[in-house]
Amino acid sequence: MLKFENVSKVYADGFKAVNSVNFDIPEGEFLVLIGPSGSGKSTTMKMINRMISHTSGTISIDGTDITKLNAAELRRNIGYVIQQIGLFPHYTIEKNIAIVPELKGWDKEKIKARVKELLTMVGLDPEVYSSRYPKELSGGQQQRVGVARALASNPRVILMDEPFGALDPITRDQLQGELLSLQRKLKKTIVFVTHDMDEALKLGDRIAIMRDGHLLQIDTPEKLLQEPASGFVEEFIGKDRIVQNPELMPVVSVMTEKVVTSYLHRSPEKALLMMRQQKITSLIILDDNDDTLVGIVSAYELIKKVNTIQSIEEIMLVPEYVLLDSATAKDAIVMMPNVRSGVIPVLSEAKKVVGLVTRGTLLTALSSQWTELEDLNE
Amino acid sequence: MNKLNIWEQFMQQAEMRWQEVLEATSVHIQLVFFSMLIAIVLGIGLGILITRVPKLSTIVLGGAGIMQTIPSLALLGFMIPIFGIGVNTAIAALFLYSLLPIIRNTYTGIKDVNKATVEAAKGMGMTSLQVLIKVELPLAIPMIMAGVRTAAVINVGTATLAAFIGAGGLGDFIFLGITRGIDGLILLGAIPAALLAIILEIFFTYLERWTTPEGLK
Ligand SMILES: Nc1ncnc2c1ncn2[C@@H]1O[C@H](COP(=O)(O)OP(=O)(O)O)[C@@H](O)[C@H]1O
Ligand SMILES: [Mg+2]
Repeated sequence: MLKFENVSKVYADGFKAVNSVNFDIPEGEFLVLIGPSGSGKSTTMKMINRMISHTSGTISIDGTDITKLNAAELRRNIGYVIQQIGLFPHYTIEKNIAIVPELKGWDKEKIKARVKELLTMVGLDPEVYSSRYPKELSGGQQQRVGVARALASNPRVILMDEPFGALDPITRDQLQGELLSLQRKLKKTIVFVTHDMDEALKLGDRIAIMRDGHLLQIDTPEKLLQEPASGFVEEFIGKDRIVQNPELMPVVSVMTEKVVTSYLHRSPEKALLMMRQQKITSLIILDDNDDTLVGIVSAYELIKKVNTIQSIEEIMLVPEYVLLDSATAKDAIVMMPNVRSGVIPVLSEAKKVVGLVTRGTLLTALSSQWTELEDLNE
Repeated sequence: MNKLNIWEQFMQQAEMRWQEVLEATSVHIQLVFFSMLIAIVLGIGLGILITRVPKLSTIVLGGAGIMQTIPSLALLGFMIPIFGIGVNTAIAALFLYSLLPIIRNTYTGIKDVNKATVEAAKGMGMTSLQVLIKVELPLAIPMIMAGVRTAAVINVGTATLAAFIGAGGLGDFIFLGITRGIDGLILLGAIPAALLAIILEIFFTYLERWTTPEGLK
């Protein structure tokens, strides 16, 4: 939907900041522009909403050349988030979010409802924050408002220039996660500038690597890691990252698919026998009716108490933690210390148990990665 | 005449001339009011203009600066050939004299608005005029008001010189007092002028606070 054809930018001083760049972003894609400082990322991004005008080539949205559109009109239909946030200090949070809807002439009731919806969406209680001023908010909260403001009139395209670059690492991580889940829901076309490769790998459907105004490679994170187009790309990504980064490993790669299930009415003796035969330490208990997860029985508990209990329900742990099969290995690593049973069931969209992550499976998976890395370095 | 001390002199003069003092105060206020009105309108206008046309900024700020360095009496003198003797000349000169603080503060007030705020405003699709009215001016208001206050206070003092060119005002008593050697008469002009300056200062301080947008305080 968003297309660059031989787009260049030569600044007034003759400096060529962007050099004949070509790419095409399909609707709903999260594209990350990354590269060293001064490589032309911001310039490339800002040419999309004409905050910077390109000097040659064509940029089109849905086939329409953007130079044919009114610049202010174009910008009202593209969300814009910058690192310095740029909230209006003299506007309340509510008014800040309402800026574009107001420019577009929405009616008051609709705006009010929209502001409320957006604040909730970015995790700020409208009751508390609507009437506050930006200076009364932390940096992280301000950028949440910045994101809400960009989403206000429901634009299809959103531009973000290092939006989390000035935040502390914990807040940054949190906002990245929230942006991802927002994106899964809203399916915006996002162009996101960063110089942080971890951020790029975490967020991007595709990553475009820039250097000296050139677009070197644009590919999915997996493809970039597997087939870097040049030595620079490889070096820029950092080869270690490929095998090490648990954020990039799907949780299914660190789980065991060997799931032995049972129903609650099975007697403790039979359950124990079953576990012995199957050589497993946790038994997954399913609901009689719809086969959804109801609990986990640990072999150690069962052996201890097999003679004293009537039903396995008495020693069954109700799982407090589960992961969806779309989660990453990192999610499992982060979750594990809190998991009493030591077992994280992995569920499919349909809520069926597809696998289990245990400390053992995590360790095995990650250590085999390490071994590969060692081989690679030799 | 027997020797009165300065205070007795002042009381005597005040008793004799209190009606004249009221009239002169009224003229004085009018001089200040009209010259300030023009200075505010033109000063803010020029201040905005030079943020949009940077090439003009040196000329305009330089020009207004030169006006201020011309001694006030000389400036009044220069105006006489154009506007003749009287109120118009005084207002013209006072206006020129008040221009610099207002232009300068408008200019820096707008220039000092956070770049990110302006970029966000533009990026959201505000026109240049909308950015000015909704963002730059409201955020520059405290600075602009401070310029107006400075100008007004200088203006009250300088307006006493208007008496020299027959424009009246509280300066009348001061010059009369000087020429006749009656110190009490000088005070009769000086004290109300000083009070006027103080009142204006307080008034504008409040106005400044009141016009500062919530969220900046
Ligand atoms: N207004 C300008 N005039 C001249 N050169 C500029 C201007 N803006 C940016 N540049 C130059 O263009 C290059 C690319 O800038 P930018 O797109 O901001 O890089 P990045 O966002 O990748 O750090 C830099 O070398 C920068 O110095
Ligand atoms: Mg940049």
